Amino acid sequence: MSYAALFLLIAALAVVGYWLGKYRALALVGGGKGIRRLHSLPSYYGLLTALWASLPCVLLLLLWGSLQESIIGALVRQHLADRQLAGDASQIGLFMNDVHNVLAGSVPAEQASPAVQAAAADYAHLRGIATRARTGLVLAVGVAGLWLVRRRIHVSLRARNAVESLGEKALLFCSLIAIFVTVGIVLSVLYESILFFQAVAPHKFLFGLSWSPQTALRADQVGSSGSFGAVPLFLGTAMISGIAMLVAVPIGLYSAIYLSEYAGPRFRSWAKPMLEMLAGIPTVVYGFFAALTMGPALRALGESFGLPVASESALAAGLVMGIMIIPFVSSLADDMIRAVPQSLRDGAYALGATRSETIKQVVLRAALPGIVGGILLAVSRAIGETMIVVMAAGLAANLTANPLQAVTTVTVQIVTLLTGDQEFDSPKTLAAFALGLVLFVVTLVLNIVALYVVRRYREQYE
Amino acid sequence: MSRTPTETRARVEKSLRRRYWAERRFRAYGLLAVLLGIVCVFFLIGTIASRGYTAFEQAYLTLDIHYDPAVIDPQGLRAPEALASANYNTLVRNALRELFPEVQERADVRALSRLVSTSAAHDLQARVQAHPEVIGQREKRRFLAAADVDQLLKGAIDRSQPEDSRLLSDRQISWVDRLQQKAELKLHFNRGFLTRGDSREPEQAGVLGALVGSAFTLLVTLLLSFPIGVAAAVYLEEFAPRNRWTDVIEVNINNLAAVPSIVFGLLGLAVFLNFAGLPRSAPLVGGLVLTLLTLPTIIIASRAALKGVPPSIREAALGMGASRLQMVGHHVLPLAMPGILTGTIIGMARALGETAPLLMIGMVAFIVDTPRGILDPATVLPVQIFLWADSPERAFLERTSAAIIVLLAFLIVMNAIAVVLRKRFERRW
Repeated sequence: MSYAALFLLIAALAVVGYWLGKYRALALVGGGKGIRRLHSLPSYYGLLTALWASLPCVLLLLLWGSLQESIIGALVRQHLADRQLAGDASQIGLFMNDVHNVLAGSVPAEQASPAVQAAAADYAHLRGIATRARTGLVLAVGVAGLWLVRRRIHVSLRARNAVESLGEKALLFCSLIAIFVTVGIVLSVLYESILFFQAVAPHKFLFGLSWSPQTALRADQVGSSGSFGAVPLFLGTAMISGIAMLVAVPIGLYSAIYLSEYAGPRFRSWAKPMLEMLAGIPTVVYGFFAALTMGPALRALGESFGLPVASESALAAGLVMGIMIIPFVSSLADDMIRAVPQSLRDGAYALGATRSETIKQVVLRAALPGIVGGILLAVSRAIGETMIVVMAAGLAANLTANPLQAVTTVTVQIVTLLTGDQEFDSPKTLAAFALGLVLFVVTLVLNIVALYVVRRYREQYE
Repeated sequence: MSRTPTETRARVEKSLRRRYWAERRFRAYGLLAVLLGIVCVFFLIGTIASRGYTAFEQAYLTLDIHYDPAVIDPQGLRAPEALASANYNTLVRNALRELFPEVQERADVRALSRLVSTSAAHDLQARVQAHPEVIGQREKRRFLAAADVDQLLKGAIDRSQPEDSRLLSDRQISWVDRLQQKAELKLHFNRGFLTRGDSREPEQAGVLGALVGSAFTLLVTLLLSFPIGVAAAVYLEEFAPRNRWTDVIEVNINNLAAVPSIVFGLLGLAVFLNFAGLPRSAPLVGGLVLTLLTLPTIIIASRAALKGVPPSIREAALGMGASRLQMVGHHVLPLAMPGILTGTIIGMARALGETAPLLMIGMVAFIVDTPRGILDPATVLPVQIFLWADSPERAFLERTSAAIIVLLAFLIVMNAIAVVLRKRFERRW
């Protein structure tokens, strides 16, 4: 049976279990009148039975599903090795690819070589066994669970407590998913990065000045090794993010000040959502705007001054990214400014300060830690922003400080290295994971510092 | 060092003037910053709308087609294979030559037939296969004009440019003008844009495939992230003891909300594709990655909504003998639901606009067919925009902008629903 059919079967089993459990409990006390003698409401007995009939099956099925293909693949490889058909790892990979193509029907079986056909038949055979075993096992586990619980149903069975403790565990599990995700990110990125650092020394990656990941197809070609010095990428990222912050911080901060200190409620009520619309526009739209409007416009402007501006200049990407980040800075700064107690402002007014003097010398200084935290969050967003730079910044890793030239960034390189067809274990693709690790660590540190600062600041005035 | 009161007054007045000026300047900077931001919004949307609205119209060419039996089915057997493999381009070319009898040379005939989209032949093939009785008859049919003709009609091709740097030759332009005079070539509403999948030919490309892909992906995201997110929020807000562990979970969730989305793509590539062996380009994997991405948003919004429910409700429920799970399920959650739904819709809107992580899991493939399930290869609307934006053809420029308009329309609708929900059901205690 297919997975969908099995899930339907499990659902049916759960429904059957619910009714069996409920009526078993009712039958024990002789129908509706005796219900007071039961520890819990009858539906809890039903729920408990349904849970025990379905939950183990679902867990089993998920586990099975995540392991089946890799185990069958390993078995088929084993059979190949037994018959001495195997070559080295890459040949086996190609061979298994053919097998998968035949199985998926994308290559007609008649066109494949006899060895591939045999392996595909072997694979299909094992798959058939696995499917039958899966169906049988799930059915057995479900029925066994159902039967066991139903047998234990008794007047004093604390069904509600059992159901609720399961429910609470489920809630706990859901909140732990956040941790699993973090651990998953760290492990998966770290694992591939370690593979990469076995091929390329870490100090060459972190401090090398030349980035050209194009490895040649044949070993004797020029530049066959590729070079993985990531400094140009780090500098490119820093330059574009820096330009973005030069745009976003003044505009965001001034608009936050105006909206929270000067604007009347009516102006604020439509201007603030307007500004926040900038945060809701998808980044791919900004990318399109940067590549097709901002880039050519800056180029034309540069030409009229006689300046050579690359059509994929860092300036265009940075300016548009800055526009995107304005609302992050402004809404965070707005929150921070509003958290400053009114008494501080009143004190300044009482000393004869004007409003702008109060803002500059009292409010902003009091809100400074919070604002710095907000800006750090915005920096981390700028560093991790992908689509704008993929569409509007260049691919060539230039080591330059001129914002009118094209530079490339960490995120651009991750995307270019991982989109397109290539084998998965070459240093070229693994480099993307090393870059991802750097990106993750840098943004994580920025976020932790920023969140800590903001939290401390909030507590100060609460 | 004594000053007369007048002197002091003069000094104070002088400094006051300076200080009031500074005040006004400061205020003007603030207003300027706000207005600059708003101008950016209008400029951004304005440029895209002005570039994209033309794509909702498309040039169509009406031709008088003669279903010549000698071309379609010379044997007269109506065999399905013969009908499938007949050269329908010849029918289109014959119809064009009837309009322009003076065109005789091979190269010219080819240039002439290039005014019609390549989809015309497929269209005729489908027509003949469905209704073989039309063979031998004549019929007026409307065909897509080629993308360059479409662009010429919309004024995107400059007639004053020298011929060899233009996409259409002088002769082609004169034919187009004559067709337009005879009202055989006209702009009509472009239905194909919303009912077709992607194509290499701009005039045939539509967003339907991407829309359906987005719908499947969002469906997976919603089905997973809503229950998990709400459950996690309920646990953290209602059940979790205040200790180091829950602190770790909390910090973790806040951090995940700020991790760059592309890192989630790397996770999806390494775990879902390479480890679990799920199919590339499938909405299922896209939905899984977007689930991880939207979970923090939903958890944070749901926690805020749960916090807004006053403790008295909980105490009353517990006082009536409800268990904690019943208290949450029967009272707190229903009261917090508007806020939770608002947060979920906003999370979904973010997921709809997300591009970068989906590039990592192979949703950038060129896919013509509309996906029919969550395991079919698919692409999504923002990725379609990214792909079209990369195309060199001019005609794709307006299509990209039009696709952005469609995407923004969906986002605006979703956000409007969120705002209405918040306004109508928000309760203040």
